[in-house]
Amino acid sequence: MNGIHDLGGMHGLGPVVAEKNEPVFHEEWEGRAFGLFAATFVFAGYTVDEFRHAIEKIEPAHYLESSYYEHWMFAFEDALIKRGFVTREELDARMAKLQKGGN
Amino acid sequence: MSKPHAAKPESDPAIRVRALESLLAEKGLIDPKALDALVDTYEHKVGPRNGAKVVARAWVDPAYKQRLLNDATAAIKELGFSGLQGEDMVVVENTPEVHNLVVCTLCSCYPWPTLGLPPVWYKSAPYRARAVSDPRGVLKEFGTEVSENVEVRTWDTTAELRYLVLPERPSGTENLTEDQLAELVTRDSMIGVTK
Repeated sequence: MNGIHDLGGMHGLGPVVAEKNEPVFHEEWEGRAFGLFAATFVFAGYTVDEFRHAIEKIEPAHYLESSYYEHWMFAFEDALIKRGFVTREELDARMAKLQKGGN
Repeated sequence: MSKPHAAKPESDPAIRVRALESLLAEKGLIDPKALDALVDTYEHKVGPRNGAKVVARAWVDPAYKQRLLNDATAAIKELGFSGLQGEDMVVVENTPEVHNLVVCTLCSCYPWPTLGLPPVWYKSAPYRARAVSDPRGVLKEFGTEVSENVEVRTWDTTAELRYLVLPERPSGTENLTEDQLAELVTRDSMIGVTK
């Protein structure tokens, strides 16, 4: 099946912009998101294929606008919520608390 | 086809990650120290210097090069590089007649044991779109000129297979040691956006 992720040959996306000597992780959160893959893979029992498919289901405009590790966050949440390891409500509540400056 | 339960797009990604990590740690499902170790490994230990060693070995040892072209996974493992996202490797050789370029149009598949984690541009929409439809244009954007009578081959990575480009050995390097040769090999040449 195709979808927004099927980008091969698509026109109009512009030039390739390559940052010189870019760091492996541009922000600390990217490193944490990267680490979450192996950490959650171990207990949650999802496959890499399911992970990729969750990313492919991201709403198309948001897929193109959001960054690579943000895509990973969608996939983790998808896999973990549907298996009952966390709920959307728990995540939203925790984000709201952190946004307000709580721990 | 259901959509994943999406967080609001305007959520700060750092908050989003901290929220998930903290909840999972509290539930005893993850150990944050394990994440620390993974970050450290891929920031400092696994990277293109691994692939450069493979390339340098192939340049100095014709028998190794043959093994690399016949069974890249095994040959790369001989040098101690294997595992996650490099389980099935194919090495494609640049020659005076052929220049190779690697992409993953559908996501970002990349040979982690030999090259580390991919750069942002490799995972970007423009590269994924045009590496297959306009490879010479992409090469030009990287300052790489490939003459018209050289064939350009683009390899679209699949979920199961990872490609590594074996660049041509530069001329005038006959007297360099293997270590010195490895220092000449760039990450970009092993993806194929440069020679």
